[in-house]
Amino acid sequence: MSEGAIKKFLFVNRKAPYGSVYALEGLEVVLISAAFDQDVGLAFLDDGVYQLAKGQNTKAIETKNFSPTYRALEGYDIEKLYVERESLEARGLTEDDLLVDVQVLGATEMAALMDEMDVMISF
Amino acid sequence: MLHIVNKSPGERATLDSCLAHVRPGHSVLLIEDAVYAATKGHAAAAKIQAALATAKVFVLAADLEARARAGAVIDGVVQVDYKGFVELVTQNPRVQSWL
Amino acid sequence: MGTIEVSGKSYEVDEEGYLVDLSQWNEELAGEIAKAEKIEMSESHWEVVNFLREYYNEYQIAPAVRVLTKAIGKKLGPDKGSNQYLYELFPYGPAKQACKIAGLPKPTGCV
Repeated sequence: MSEGAIKKFLFVNRKAPYGSVYALEGLEVVLISAAFDQDVGLAFLDDGVYQLAKGQNTKAIETKNFSPTYRALEGYDIEKLYVERESLEARGLTEDDLLVDVQVLGATEMAALMDEMDVMISF
Repeated sequence: MLHIVNKSPGERATLDSCLAHVRPGHSVLLIEDAVYAATKGHAAAAKIQAALATAKVFVLAADLEARARAGAVIDGVVQVDYKGFVELVTQNPRVQSWL
Repeated sequence: MGTIEVSGKSYEVDEEGYLVDLSQWNEELAGEIAKAEKIEMSESHWEVVNFLREYYNEYQIAPAVRVLTKAIGKKLGPDKGSNQYLYELFPYGPAKQACKIAGLPKPTGCV
């Protein structure tokens, strides 16, 4: 990365949390990226919106519940969380079902947002 | 902006997600199992046809050939080789991989 | 992988000395890990270690140093929320040493 240049990063999350390792790996990369003082945002589309669902309890599947970590992002100065409205609606979810404050965007607005980015990284 | 899709539209909704975020002037590249979407008679071909109205659609020839579909590409879709793939990536300021 | 023996009980640690199963943590064990790090635990040390354990319980991660510093300042007062204060307590890095003593994994992004 060139010195001093702040780039706009968007991490695009499109996978449900426990069926594959994408969501957790993505979250770890986001936390690491915070050390580089870039302009970082997260987008949640498709099954990715399930990552933010309130009330996850992984005890019985013996897997780490990493959903509380999304609430730590604010402390890492990562405050831009975007969720796609169509993805929520298609899954019977609303903003109230999510465990963090987010900005809900329609697909058209999401597409416009992506067009403003310098770098997009998909998980 | 370049969008890359690699999943079959017969198996996943990845292509739909991608196409919902394609803006005028964008490019879409279909590789691996996603190439089926750009073939005549496929249920998803109409979506590709619709996208062609405002965007460019490319398909990786090597993946078409491997799947015996090189002869069935719908009109307006451009076949590219690996060199063309690299050029698309370098020409576009942004790349979004729809994994 | 290795083990630490405390009061006849053995605890599994990874190759860098971090406790493998954080539910096994107790203050006596923390004291032993601190000794190995050449740190004499004072009330100020415990304050940071306990803060880290609370942070982990809430967010399921060990915070990066920058985040820890900021959060400590908020909770325990601005005079304690500085790199200098935390490095005086934990000279080899508050995230690394304090997390190890607190029984937490190494912070993400901390190389």
